[in-house]
Amino acid sequence: MSTMLAWSITGAQTLLGLAMACAAFRILWGPRAQDRVLGFDTLSVNAMLLLLAFGIRSGSALYFESALIIGLLGFVSTLALAKFLLRGEVVE
Amino acid sequence: MNEVVDVSSLATILTSTLLIGGAAVTLIGSFGLLRFRGFYQRVHAPTLGTTLGTIFITTASMIYFSALGSRPVLHELLVIVFVATTTPITLMILVRAAQFRDRAGNERGPRGQQ
Repeated sequence: MSTMLAWSITGAQTLLGLAMACAAFRILWGPRAQDRVLGFDTLSVNAMLLLLAFGIRSGSALYFESALIIGLLGFVSTLALAKFLLRGEVVE
Repeated sequence: MNEVVDVSSLATILTSTLLIGGAAVTLIGSFGLLRFRGFYQRVHAPTLGTTLGTIFITTASMIYFSALGSRPVLHELLVIVFVATTTPITLMILVRAAQFRDRAGNERGPRGQQ
């Protein structure tokens, strides 16, 4: 049963890596700035999910906390970038 | 590649199914970023991954660690609550910024389409 779990974790990591590649494409070739910000938001959420899958593989709860931090930083930076696009400055 | 610690077969099957399902839903949502044409269509696509994929993968993590430690491990609920709260805020402010930039009209290209 352990090999089934290992293979499904590998498959999930591959799928999440492809999803991150799609988001990275949108960051690099996004026609406008808001497309790039949207790609960055997707990329940070996908990185968080990839860390959760990696935590299942390693069996330690440390990766959960780093996943939480990545999700938090992705949210804050996306909000700051959207605010910059809206006003032209972040802190008013 | 380090070894995965073995748990009971029911927990293994549940964890594997939820992991693959969540990763597939996330991939479909991120692939929508490539497929859709305009920004206002594109902004809908990754919400699939950020809500359903996150719920699936965090549930898989909860089931696996509960079976591993023989006690309920529920701190992954924090991730679900956090992501479900912040995704609508992010996308709403992003769409508001895109609308502002479209109305300002200081960008080249067809307005509202690209």
